[in-house]
Amino acid sequence: MENNGTSFEAEALTTPVESAASDESIIQVNDLNKWFGDFHVLNSINLDVQKGERIVICGPSGSGKSTLIRCLNHLEAHQRGQIVIDGVELNEDVKNIEAIRREVGMVFQQFNLFPHLSVLENCLLAPVWVRKTPRREAIEMAMHYLERVRIPEQADKYPGQLSGGQQQRVAIARALCMQPKIMLFDEPTSALDPEMIKEVLDVMVELASSGMTMLCVTHEMGFAKTVADRVIFMDGGQIVEAAPPRDFFTRPEQPRTRDFLEQILQH
Amino acid sequence: MATHQPLPNQPAPVTQRGVIRWLRANLFSSWINGLVTLVVGYYLLTMLIPLIDWAFIGAVFTGDGVDACRPGKACWIFVEERFGFFMYGFYPEALRWRPTLAFALFALAVVPPFLPLPGRLRRSVAIFGLTGLPVGGYILIAGGVFGLESVDTSQWGGLMLTLILAYVGIIAALPIGVALALGRRSEMPVIRGICVIFIEFWRAVPLITILFMASVMLPLFLPEGVTFDKLMRALIGITLFQAAYMAEVVRGGLQAIPKGQYEAAEALGLGYWRRMRLIILPQALKIVVPGIANTVISLFKDTTLVLIIGLFDLLGAVKSTLSDPAWNNVMAEGYLFVAFCFWVFCFGMSRYSHRIEKQLDTDHRQ
Ligand SMILES: Nc1ncnc2c1ncn2[C@@H]1O[C@H](COP(=O)(O)OP(=O)(O)O)[C@@H](O)[C@H]1O
Ligand SMILES: [Mg+2]
Repeated sequence: MENNGTSFEAEALTTPVESAASDESIIQVNDLNKWFGDFHVLNSINLDVQKGERIVICGPSGSGKSTLIRCLNHLEAHQRGQIVIDGVELNEDVKNIEAIRREVGMVFQQFNLFPHLSVLENCLLAPVWVRKTPRREAIEMAMHYLERVRIPEQADKYPGQLSGGQQQRVAIARALCMQPKIMLFDEPTSALDPEMIKEVLDVMVELASSGMTMLCVTHEMGFAKTVADRVIFMDGGQIVEAAPPRDFFTRPEQPRTRDFLEQILQH
Repeated sequence: MATHQPLPNQPAPVTQRGVIRWLRANLFSSWINGLVTLVVGYYLLTMLIPLIDWAFIGAVFTGDGVDACRPGKACWIFVEERFGFFMYGFYPEALRWRPTLAFALFALAVVPPFLPLPGRLRRSVAIFGLTGLPVGGYILIAGGVFGLESVDTSQWGGLMLTLILAYVGIIAALPIGVALALGRRSEMPVIRGICVIFIEFWRAVPLITILFMASVMLPLFLPEGVTFDKLMRALIGITLFQAAYMAEVVRGGLQAIPKGQYEAAEALGLGYWRRMRLIILPQALKIVVPGIANTVISLFKDTTLVLIIGLFDLLGAVKSTLSDPAWNNVMAEGYLFVAFCFWVFCFGMSRYSHRIEKQLDTDHRQ
């Protein structure tokens, strides 16, 4: 979907974005288990994600949300169960891991931009070194994505010269430059000042409306209502409830979900 | 309620300056500080004035032989007459242009960080300094090919030898040190174990012992008839010793890089070597520039230890002339000259590392 900045921004967080989910599965997680030492951090997770589906994951701190999405690109290794992404099974095989990482972009809470490289060079790394795109072409693509996150004018600056919101948008552009099929977000707005949250969410909403498959750990419930096809609630390393946002927010089935929603929606 | 009106920005207050103000703040801030300043100042003057008189005012700089010198004043003619020997040792006089040319090239390769050159040119000069220069420099100084007369390493000496020892020690030790540091942080236990043992062994042994072992013990283990150049043996010893120190400095830098940098690089699909080369090492090495400069300066001074295995570096060359009966008692002049040379190079390296730090500083924090 094409959009033109201003009118879209105003509506972004109120009008639900049309679902782009197909019935073609792109992520399959079967009986995923992970331990940190003796601590059972992920307990029998089952999750199937369709191409183009937007999933929001929420839950109390320490419930294993980050660990779950970090398992999906093997930043964390799982010990039992199966993860298949775009037909490739994630195991200790470095070839598979690298193949999957090429298809999966990730945005971190702390941005994690490379401070010694300019914004443009941050965006060029993966296309040039991983995808072997000719530099000229890669620059064009990087500029395209920087425009899409609305900071093309910062291309030659260094990350340290940008505000938090700008840095996070660069991080999104950097991940998009890989032209991934799936985007993972781990609390992308939690480290931001309130004034900057919206500019990042706007970019994410725009991305969602373009048909990207997205998994977002976030507590921005407005965002969840607007873009999510499914909201997943995690607690104690398990998926407690997964439902479309309308059901999830108005009539959650589990009492644990209700408690959680009461707590975060109270104020 | 009145609407909020933003106030205009005001200029920052001017900091008070001036010599008197500085003196009062730094030297005479209280009566006791003033007293200390006066007492220390008095003793400094009583020591400095005779020293300056000895070294400069009353000293003899030009003239012919020992007779031109004045008793009780510095006799710099000695240094002047032996200057060639101090710089080159026994290197044949007619061929001394060769090491001179090699060092001129070296100076050229060192200068670029001070020039406003485009990054790519600067990088190629740096690569030349690390690869082409050592090879070219060696050919120039050692000769034996391209019609250059061969000069045996036993004839190398003086400041030239000091610089060669330090330069090779640094250039060769840096990559080995980086490899060791990466190995020590490797997830593979065998590699990690080997690196730990290597580093801890070389760091635990004094350089002087290593030099002794290299010159006395190594030949015992070599098969009959195989001789190994004495300088080469010293260089290998110095390099491995220096590499162990360098490894620990670099490891400090690697540890200072936040975990998120490693993870972001992984998430982009970069393989191990690319992650290290493109993301981690550039940042880690930048952090440890002061640490590297520190070990480099310390190595530069430690090269004087080769004296004990019979190599004539700057200190060795100067020392060997001090007992010359033709010159009565030029000990102070000789050692002072050595100290001055070392100071010039070490201070230069210190400034150079500061310069590089600035050059690499892109981490502009707001
Ligand atoms: N590397 C680790 N080693 C040990 N425990 C960890 C590690 N990472 C996370 N944990 C623990 O696992 C639990 C889940 O962490 P995480 O997935 O980050 O939770 P969330 O993102 O939902 O807040 C927490 O209790 C955390 O302390
Ligand atoms: Mg988390």
